[in-house]
Amino acid sequence: MSAGAPDNFPTGGAGTVTPRVAPPLLGRVLARRGTRGEGPRFGGVKNAFFILLLTGLSVLAIYPFIWLISASLKPQGDVFDNRLVPTEWQWNYTGDPSSVAGDESLFELPNTPVFTWFLNSVWIGVLAAAAVALSSAIVAFAFAYFRFPGRGVLFALILATMMLPGAVTMIPVYLIWNEIGKFTGEHAWLPHIGVNTQYPLWVGNLFGSAFYIFLMRQFFLGIPRELFEAARIDGDTYWTMFRRIALPLAKPAIIVVLIFEIQSKWFDLMTPLIYLRDTALYTMPLGLKTILDQQGAGGGGEGRWEIIVAGTVVTVLPMIVIFALFQRYFIEGIATEGRKG
Amino acid sequence: MASVATTRVPGPSSRGARRWLADFRERETWYAYLFILPWIFGFVALTAGPMVASLYFSLTDYGVQQIAGFEKTSYVGLENYRELLDDPRVATSLKNTFVYTVMTVPAKMIVALSLAMILARIAYAAGFFRTVFYLPDLTPPVAIAILILTLFNGSFGVVNRGLELIGIPGPFWTTDPNWIKPSLAIMSVWTVGGTMVIYLAALKAVPRQLYEAAAMDGAGPWRRFFNVTLPMISPALFFTFIVLTIAGLQAFTEAYTAYFGAGSTGAEAPDAALFNVIYLFRQAFEFFNMGFASAMAWVLFAIIMVVTAVQFVVSRRFVFYQGEKR
Repeated sequence: MSAGAPDNFPTGGAGTVTPRVAPPLLGRVLARRGTRGEGPRFGGVKNAFFILLLTGLSVLAIYPFIWLISASLKPQGDVFDNRLVPTEWQWNYTGDPSSVAGDESLFELPNTPVFTWFLNSVWIGVLAAAAVALSSAIVAFAFAYFRFPGRGVLFALILATMMLPGAVTMIPVYLIWNEIGKFTGEHAWLPHIGVNTQYPLWVGNLFGSAFYIFLMRQFFLGIPRELFEAARIDGDTYWTMFRRIALPLAKPAIIVVLIFEIQSKWFDLMTPLIYLRDTALYTMPLGLKTILDQQGAGGGGEGRWEIIVAGTVVTVLPMIVIFALFQRYFIEGIATEGRKG
Repeated sequence: MASVATTRVPGPSSRGARRWLADFRERETWYAYLFILPWIFGFVALTAGPMVASLYFSLTDYGVQQIAGFEKTSYVGLENYRELLDDPRVATSLKNTFVYTVMTVPAKMIVALSLAMILARIAYAAGFFRTVFYLPDLTPPVAIAILILTLFNGSFGVVNRGLELIGIPGPFWTTDPNWIKPSLAIMSVWTVGGTMVIYLAALKAVPRQLYEAAAMDGAGPWRRFFNVTLPMISPALFFTFIVLTIAGLQAFTEAYTAYFGAGSTGAEAPDAALFNVIYLFRQAFEFFNMGFASAMAWVLFAIIMVVTAVQFVVSRRFVFYQGEKR
């Protein structure tokens, strides 16, 4: 099926010196009214009814966030009073490091470097996202621009890997990292890479990722081929064509890939669980799980839920901030995902 | 391929031109493979190779003794797969996974579609509500687990307080085995925003004149829904159906965070929350029964393949692709 893809390129044709480079991703979902979308909108009473219904449902959608924030501002005993405005306010995030054992604030917990975890997650997310965006773009460019034997088969193979459950490759990949860890451990001149380092969390991203390759290829296919042909005549190499033309034009798609990957790393519990042993290396999800295990009722004692909830707020907020900044790309990225069907 | 190349250079004339052409094609091929080299390497080293290795491990007794080098790995044939059948917790975990998937997938699809259809037609504030309903989807799964443990707490949780208000005695969601999966499923439906956005995009792409024509033919709202809307957005429905099912069959983080793990209820963790991937993970990385876990992974893979294949075959009749697609 992908063998026919180059036909999407307008080959030849006159007068396309400044081609339309408007990203094909953007603008369709957000288009307000046009010739598409179900007919007349609700009017009058009907509209008021549905606005009311949606407002009610919005409360259900938002309530857990409000609950989390207000619970994180209460003293231990009040967490489950479920009041949205605390009767007694207590700042549980930072505070006096000399406070009584068992009564520390979130960022002062012993052997629980929450701030380090947060930075680890940010660092790994950025690194992983940059790695997967660049590698996927390079591979996607090859599938969009080059004509080469085996292209159809290889692209089908890429799509097929999306179906593969991670569980199938998880164990051997762990064993590979285990071996790499042993090897680099025995040779002191090598940097220590392997299990119980953060490398396994992002190095795999250097080799591209099926969904992102698919997404970027679709995007590159939307760039008129004449643009590349002209660049070749101007003496561009394949690499500079990619660097100078394809990559800058693909900025919207790259932003989608970056935020999706940062989100996926920010969500991931299993990989850190498999690879990280030292507390100082943990990411935020694994850190929050650790706080839950240590401070929850299961860790002995009655459970310091005000601390657990404060940790949850710290884990939830960054994604909301990123969403606030890049909402358009989230929505467009997801809508594109759906059009894959 | 060849035909594409020949159209670019008019006249398949002299030997020199042909050689140049061949050279050129070779160079392009060369560069193409250079560009996809990262993926090829990743595919061989991190996907295809591990798949073969995993299949091999599933036929061996590879475990903690072998990793440490105390014992040699020995081939045990289908022993691991036989053990799978004998282990009642494998059956339990598979049953849990299926029940959870069946609970979440239709619920998410129906809720997402209802929301999307309302959002597509309200006169104002659609963008605002879309943002609001998308927000829960940004919640990390570990945080969702904590929300389940707190909001659904049997004695103090706000869900049961709310149910009390309308006179229903709420169950002990997080400790009663019958209610553990429903509470996980409810919070999964809470994160319906992404699916909703996909449906919204699909709804907005339906040509308006189809509705107008249907209305002119006297089709009421229900007829329009079943005969215009559903067929036109069926590719999106099909896509989410497949993706949500595959995700449901691999559910891990929420249940693991809430009910398993180091300091918490580890040993006596409720069987009701034991999903297939959780049991697999524990076998592999807590008990280091790598052979057994590999066999579990292949069974999971087979199940996903079969379920997806069935979905494809059954859905083919209902999915309508517009002519120009692809």
